Amino acid sequence: MATPAPSRAISLEINGEQIEMEVPARRLLVHFIRDDLGLTGTHVGCDTGNCGACTVQLDGEPVKSCMMLAVQADGARIATVEGLAPDGDLTALQRAFNEHHALQCGYCTPGMLMSASALLARNPHPTEEEVRYALQGNICRCTGYVNIVEAVVAAGGGHA
Amino acid sequence: MLLREVDYVRPSTVEEAVALLAGYEGARALAGGQTIVNVMKSRAAAPDVLVDLADLDKLRTIGFSSEGLLEIGAMVTCAQLVNSSEVEVARPILAEVAGTIADVQVRNRGTVGGNVCVNDPTNHLPPLLVALEATFTIRGRERERTVPADEFFLGVYLTAVGEGELLTKVNVPPSNDAGDGFAGVTIGKHGTYIVDAAATVSDDGVRIALGCVAAAPVRATAMEDSLAGSDFSEQSVAAAAQGLGVTLDPPSDVHGSAEYRRHLAEVSAVRAVLQAAGRRKGA
Repeated sequence: MATPAPSRAISLEINGEQIEMEVPARRLLVHFIRDDLGLTGTHVGCDTGNCGACTVQLDGEPVKSCMMLAVQADGARIATVEGLAPDGDLTALQRAFNEHHALQCGYCTPGMLMSASALLARNPHPTEEEVRYALQGNICRCTGYVNIVEAVVAAGGGHA
Repeated sequence: MLLREVDYVRPSTVEEAVALLAGYEGARALAGGQTIVNVMKSRAAAPDVLVDLADLDKLRTIGFSSEGLLEIGAMVTCAQLVNSSEVEVARPILAEVAGTIADVQVRNRGTVGGNVCVNDPTNHLPPLLVALEATFTIRGRERERTVPADEFFLGVYLTAVGEGELLTKVNVPPSNDAGDGFAGVTIGKHGTYIVDAAATVSDDGVRIALGCVAAAPVRATAMEDSLAGSDFSEQSVAAAAQGLGVTLDPPSDVHGSAEYRRHLAEVSAVRAVLQAAGRRKGA
């Protein structure tokens, strides 16, 4: 029988890179990503699982990294906002955010991009309604969402 | 670091998970973590050992029993319910309601087992599963037992799953001739329910369960009885709901007074029953 331990050696893929590290069981995934790996593009907004600023993709699906322990991600494939444009060439979604002025302070943007890119991966041409449903878990206190929704619809080739 | 120190273990079989839960004091099962991680952050609770069920693939499946019951593993996520062809065929209301739980991210991690074992009074699945007459399979070290929904939900964070036990699956009868409904009033368009009601209407009668009005789902038995043989017109369903509110003792909070919740209970029950009756096969 396995024995409970205060830490665990985890192995995971993050933005295409394989990482192996011993982490305390109580460390949140978002703190592991930001503090242990130095990938500070993933933001901590509310710390209560409400705002979605910490959204990353776990095996392709958006999840809130503040509501997960790093040890739970053992064996998983994670993508953060840094992985969207590793060579600096912005994706169509990122360009659409720029063109549609889909951010003001920018704090929620990494989470918005990770939720929206997961949506576009499984539904390349979403409607406005589908975009709004997919972004329910991401809160923005600046824009009023209109430009964000327009940007995601435009990235899917539609005209908002 | 927000969380208190905790020990972590990832068993590879259900037997091992049960042995760990029974063998370590202060051990708690960790499913998707969409409630317990937040509870641990606020230190409202601090388990000593987390038994992560992530590797128990047997608990992640949706299938049918030999008697035709829809069997939903405790580790099935809300997102899985939404996309399941088995659910769509057997009891589509489960997918419909699961698709309104929280948001995409939470549905991707949050599980059926976690949702029912937390039994937060505002959770969607407890009243729905009571209305659908689901049963719950619980594994202990010595034996496995199956508990009906009416006896499963005991209070907030309190279910028939005892210490050293593990919920392994939820069993739901297929709709057959039944129609199902779910209605309520939320805080904001997609927010938490202030009151909700689930209903199922079939040849066997009507079952109605209310959420958010007590520590566990409440059956509206008097309303169920008075709907026997009903024509399910708006008028007769509304008449059957008369007096339901006064039988309840709901909490008052910033979102609604007890009096308002009594009113919403009648409104929600009527809407859920009308929806269920309208969806009944041959209706």
